[in-house]
This record gives sequence, C-alpha cells and structure tokens, in this order.
Amino acid sequence: MERQLTSDITLCVNGRTNELRVDNRTTLLDMLREQLSLPGTKRGCDHGQCGACTVLLDGRRVNSCLILAVTCQDAAVTTVEGLSSRTSTQLAAPQERPALHPVQEAFVAHDALQCGFCTPGQICSAVGMLEEAAAEGATLDEPEIRERMSGNLCRCGAYVNIVAAIEDVAAQGVGAR
Amino acid sequence: MTSTQTRQAAPRTEASRSIGVAGPRVEAWDKVTGRAPYAVDHPVPGAAYAWVVQSTVARGVVVDVDTSRALAEEGVLAVLWHGNAPHLEPVGDPELLVLQSPRIAYRGQVVAVVVATSPEAARAGAALVRVREDGTIADTVLRLDHPALYQPVQVNAGYPARSAVGDVDAGLAAATVRVDATYRTPPEHHCAMEPHAATAFWERGCLTVFDATQASTAVHEALAGLFELPPQSVRVVNEHIGGGFGGKGGPRANTVLAAMAARLVGRPVKLALTRQQLFALAGYRTPTIQRVRLGASTDGRLLAIGHDAVSQTSQLSEFVEQTAVLSRHMYAAPHRLTTHRVVALDVPTPGWMRAPGECPGAFALESAIDELAAAGNWDPVRLRIDNEPPVHPEEHVPFSSRHLVQCLEQGAQRFGWAGRDPRPAVRRDGEWLIGTGVAASTYPALTWPSTALARATADQRFDVEVNAADIGTGARTVLRQIAADALDVPLCEVEITVGDSAIGPAPVAGGSMGTASWGWAVTKACRLLRERIDREHGGSVPAGGVAVRADTTLEIRDRPEFARHAYGAQFCQVRVSAVTGEIRVDRLLGVFAAGRIVNPTTARSQLIGGMTMGLSGALLEQSVLDSRTGDFVTADLAAYHVAVNADVPRVEVEWLDEHDPHLNPMGVKGIGEIGIVGTAAAVANAVFHATGIRVRDLPIGLARLITHYRS
Repeated sequence: MERQLTSDITLCVNGRTNELRVDNRTTLLDMLREQLSLPGTKRGCDHGQCGACTVLLDGRRVNSCLILAVTCQDAAVTTVEGLSSRTSTQLAAPQERPALHPVQEAFVAHDALQCGFCTPGQICSAVGMLEEAAAEGATLDEPEIRERMSGNLCRCGAYVNIVAAIEDVAAQGVGAR
Repeated sequence: MTSTQTRQAAPRTEASRSIGVAGPRVEAWDKVTGRAPYAVDHPVPGAAYAWVVQSTVARGVVVDVDTSRALAEEGVLAVLWHGNAPHLEPVGDPELLVLQSPRIAYRGQVVAVVVATSPEAARAGAALVRVREDGTIADTVLRLDHPALYQPVQVNAGYPARSAVGDVDAGLAAATVRVDATYRTPPEHHCAMEPHAATAFWERGCLTVFDATQASTAVHEALAGLFELPPQSVRVVNEHIGGGFGGKGGPRANTVLAAMAARLVGRPVKLALTRQQLFALAGYRTPTIQRVRLGASTDGRLLAIGHDAVSQTSQLSEFVEQTAVLSRHMYAAPHRLTTHRVVALDVPTPGWMRAPGECPGAFALESAIDELAAAGNWDPVRLRIDNEPPVHPEEHVPFSSRHLVQCLEQGAQRFGWAGRDPRPAVRRDGEWLIGTGVAASTYPALTWPSTALARATADQRFDVEVNAADIGTGARTVLRQIAADALDVPLCEVEITVGDSAIGPAPVAGGSMGTASWGWAVTKACRLLRERIDREHGGSVPAGGVAVRADTTLEIRDRPEFARHAYGAQFCQVRVSAVTGEIRVDRLLGVFAAGRIVNPTTARSQLIGGMTMGLSGALLEQSVLDSRTGDFVTADLAAYHVAVNADVPRVEVEWLDEHDPHLNPMGVKGIGEIGIVGTAAAVANAVFHATGIRVRDLPIGLARLITHYRS
C-alpha cells in the first residue's frame, strides 16, 4: 500500500483561514515558518525546552515545536505577528504601524528584550499566562510571574525586565486581550 | 551616578544631547512584533534545507560514506561528504575546512551534509546516511598531570603566556597570611537562544549569506578565501542576531556548508544547526584548573600573587584561555607570577565565551582574595581597597582611569555592607542559612580599527552605516546616538544601518569593544561630514548629497600608552537550605566604572544580563563530557541548565560617572562582558559566609554542599 505522506488541513492562523497540504512530519512551528511565511515564531531547541516557539493554540500557550501540524485541524493559532493587529488600549503606536498589544508595548517600555530571539515566545507566553491567571483568579506578584514564565528561557538575561513588563500589564488589569 | 539619576535630565552640552540619554532600542518594535529577520527568517523562494551528519568517534577517520539510501529518499537533492565535496582553499582556521579530509578530530565533527527540498526530508535523509568510521582510543580528559601540557607562546588576545615580577616564592615565604588553593571551572556552552544558522545563495557567481554571526567582516573574508572569490563577490548580512556571547564570534563551519550546498544544488540553502549539534560545533568555554597563591603581611598588604592556569584545546587548532591575565593588574604586590599551560585533546575546539579569561580567572582570584580575608580576619572590601595599585603593577604604565575603590565603596554603601558579621554559618532563618559576599570585576577597554560611512541628503537626513553586529547589545541604538552628537543634529534626523559586510570592514561584536571601535569610526565619519557640509557647502547639503567614509586605523595606532580597563564590584546575598543544600540568590548588586554610558536603558539591560549569566554559571552550568566517547552528554537545554526566570532575583546595577579622556572620542569602555566577571565569586563567597563551606569547583550546586553536610 502506498504510504500517505501528506494531509490536508484547515486551520485559522491570526484570524485567517488556511487550507494547507502538510507533510505528516511537519511541526506546527515549521508549518508557520516555512509554509505560511510567519518567521516570527522561533526555533530555539526543537524539544520544548526553551519556549522560543510559544504560540497560542485555541487560546492556550503551547510549544509549537512539539505539535504536529496535522493535529491542528480546525484549530485557531495566534502567533506574535497576530498580536499586534489587535486593538491596543494604551499608547498610540508609531505612524503607519499596527497598534501593539499591551504586552508588546510593555516589553518595549521596560526594555524586556536584548537579542530579541526569545521575545516572540516570551510575549505569546505572557499573553497566555495572563489569561490563565485571570481564569484562575490568581494574583500575579513578582514570584508568581517568575514561576509562570520559567518555561521561556532568555539567555541575554532580560528576566528582570520581563517580569517588570508583565507586572505592569497585570497591574493595569488589561489582561491578555 | 546611579542609573536612575542618569535618567533624570542632567544639563547637556550642545555636543552631547543624545549620548547619555536613556531611550528604547531602535529595533524594539521589530523584535516585539516578530518582524526582525534573523538568519533563516528571510524569504528566499525555492530554498532547500540542509542537515548535518556528525561523527560518532572522537578520533579516527571516515572510511566510507554510503549515501544511496539517503539519495533515494523523496526530496533529497544531494549528500555531501569528503569524497565529493568541492575544494576549499585554506584560510588559516582548520575548523572551516569542512568535508575536506577523512580525518576526525573530535566527536560531533561534520562528516556529511544532506540537502533536500524540505526540512523534514533533509532530516530523514540525514538519518539514512551510513558513515563507516575507524575510531581509536580518544584522549579527552583535562588533568593537571597530563604529560602533553605545554606552555604556549601566547594566549588568547595576544597576551604572553607567562609573566613574572620579583620572586613569588620569596614573597610567599615572607608573608604571614597565605592562601594556596586550586579552583576548577567546567566546560560551559553559550546557549544563545538562536542556534547557529545561515541562508546562502549564489547569483551570477556572487555569494550572499544571511548569517548568525557577530563578525560579518571576518565571515566575508573567510568565504572569499575559501571559495576563491574576489571580495566584492561576497556579501554577508547579519541584520539581527539571536545572541552570540562569543559563540558566533568568527566564521563557522555551518556557514561554509550552507554556501557549499547552495552552489552544488543551484538554489538557496538554509542550514540551521539543531540545539544538540551546537554542543560540538559552536565552541564552548574550556574547563580550567587554576592554582592561586596569595601571601600578605600582617597589615593586609599583598606581598605575592601567583596564578597558574591550565586549560584545553582541540587537535585542530590552538585556543588558550587567558585565564590568569587579570591577576596581572587587579592588585598591587611586589612579587607576582602568572602562567598558562594547555593540552590538545580529542575534543571539540573551545573558544571565546563571554569574558574569556576574566570570567573563569576572576572566580579563582576573587575567591582566593575572600579566603585570604577570612584567614587574616580582614574585611574583604577593605582588603581589596588596601591593595589598590597606583599604576599597572607589571607594566608600570598609568591607568587611563581606574575606579575600583569607588565601585567597592559605593557598592558597600548601597548594599548595606557596613557592620557585616564576618563569621560564617551564624545567620539562620528557619531552614535557611544566610550569607553575603563580594567580588571585584574587570575587563579590558579594547578598541580596534573600523570604517564607517556617513551620508547627508538634501532634505536634512543623515544615513550612517557601520558594519556593527547588534547581538542584543543595543549597538544600533547607541551608534545612532553617537552619530547624532557627532553631526550635532537631533536623533530623529539620523538613520543607522548595521549588519552588512557591504558597508565596509569593521571589527567583531566581541571583546566589549564594539561601541568604542564602531563608535569612533562613526564619530570620525560624522564629524568629517559636518565639516565638509559647513566648509564646502556653506552649511546646507547640495541636491546630490554629501558622503564621507572614515577609517580609524591611524588614530588607534597612534594612541599613547595606558592601561585601559573597566572595573566593577559585585555584591551578593544568598540563602542556603541547611536541609537540602538548595542555594537561592536573593540579591545581586553590581557597581561598575566603565567610562561614559551612552544609553542607560540598554546599558542597564546588558549589565544585568551579564550578571544573570554569571549567576547561572555560579549555580547551574556545566557541560559533562563522557571521557570514553568524547561526547558532551549534556547536549540540550534539559541537561545543560541555564538560569530560568525563577532563578533570577532582584538584580541591581549602578555605574559611576567616569570620565576618561584617554580612550576614544566618546569616552566609552564597553560593558558587554564585565557584568559576568566576578559574579560567580561573589556568589561562592556568599555561600561560604552562609555555610562555612568553601566551594572551589563550579557550578556550586547543592550536590557539593550536601557532600559537605554529610562529612
């Protein structure tokens, strides 16, 4: 019998519905990067150990390197590229640029990044984490944020500023969306 | 001046309205939206993907490579190995002569590359390549009695391997308080978040590479040499780099392979190494074994400093960590000796990792100073201050500026050091033992020649280009500030472009010399441009614009002789569980004297980042090599632990308002590395203060403490 090497799937990425034929071995990460030309999501380890590839899958933060694209039929995926088109509640964005998500704004304001490679994952993770905490009714103080963000490595050592940025957003109560 | 104070508006002169002002990094928006393109993020239609196959023996030869099954896999375009790879012309670094010979010098060396139409097919193809290797017993363990240890001619950065003043043995004999201790640091890997990666393509005989490199000028030169191309036929772009820390400091084999594969298959090739592959292919910090001997008189004055360092290199090339070099200028003493020995093993080639030399060296020296303080019953801050040298104690030249004493004093005050009970293991809060520690830091203020280009357009815009690499340092941001001041225009009129070898030669983003080196060239180009606009065009830019290129080779050659170094002091408070040995760092404070700070926002981030990596090294990081196979078995981020968010406490940074006229036109020293130096010793000294246990082997880790608890 002929091996079936590909599958056809339909999924929604950043608000757009895509019908794709994917190699059955393709991860969600590679599908986003190579097929949908959304390279904002980064590969840091390919083993779910660093969090650089974090995206929101049906609203929950996941490591996209650990998920096969074929399992994402009818799923809704949000990547870092999809966050900035959402309406911002805060500062006016620079001219001709889509408004930033509050978490993105806070990352800029607190210099919560250096090389920027972990940043898309940190931001998606923070957005997902804020929703989780809101759903649980948890209070996000500094240690709680550190603990909940420890799946996202930052080798430049921006943790102190990342925590400050997320604290800022949490304190504004704007939540994830 | 603290970072907070700096942000408040100090009166600015006309010549300095951008330098010194805090502000967001230029590319922050691109990075938080995912729009900043890294090496394999550029859209290249029709790209193929490459996957490397690595040796499984540490010493031997490749006998044969069977590519038939791989080539039969759907999507596989080619398999390269030494039997069919195109010729590369040697350029001095044997690591770059990839697939040129059957010889295997370390485990994990590239022995084949598979190129395919998709990443999945490339990976599947790589698993089907059959490499027959003939391996022999490998020599992989660094030890003090290794018969092949030798003293090299010089160590990294060109320092002599040995330096002696007076008679260190006589000085030690005359001392009343002595320390003679051996410290060990493990192999460490950079683990930049972006694995080494490159996209390469050929068009009409010209090679373009998007490379994850800190040094696109050096990569450009290497590729031109290897492929025997005229320099103008090669372009290396590194617009954004996902961290480097030295690991991307020079040309690497993966970039060469991408270019080779792209030429062979006639289409663009993306080659991203996996996290696991990096542990053999992207360099690492050598393990070190260091003996430090200190002798002091009863009044706490050092009479003798001895620092003997041993490290490893590979069979392919000689890299010697300059581990003991900092002991040549940190403290005054009439009798001094520093030595380096190295052994070539069947291991991957070590290289630069954030503060090579100073980082492991400071762990040993600054731990030993703490041991001396404990032995002599001296306060460790006071002991350091009392041994401050008036001039460079070995070269007898003046320091261009040196404010270590002020860093120690300001840090002690801010940290609340006064009245500290020096006795170890006497502070307890429930299961936690509490302790504080201090250590000093230093890093040389280096400057290399660079070129830069400044262009004015008729609509009063200024384009400034310099082939800097912004690896997350904020290089782009500070260079734009420097340019604005040199042009005497507001920041908003200046566009800055970095990360492209086509701009012209510029040094590596390494050695904490980027801002000094690139910034000097930018300053020169901008001042010349301003002069030309004023003198030749009456102050207004003509329709066709004006452009100036500058080169700082002569200025740097003609600088007067000074010892140029940055200094700093780190203070640390730890908690150690008396039950489990768990160590928690509760507080880290660093005070630095590093010349003028161009942007307080990015400077603070960089210094905190260095200290965070230092904390990580103190407590967690260790690459474990299987001595039988020569394999780093901790080859991923689950086994090689780096600090996560929950490990990192309050980290505070301050700097002195240091003015040094002997450096460069901007008065900057560089801050990329000094943050990591000294941090591990500050942590280890705090652990000693908490527990009474002196840990001389990194990482400190709970296992070492538990061993002591048991005994």
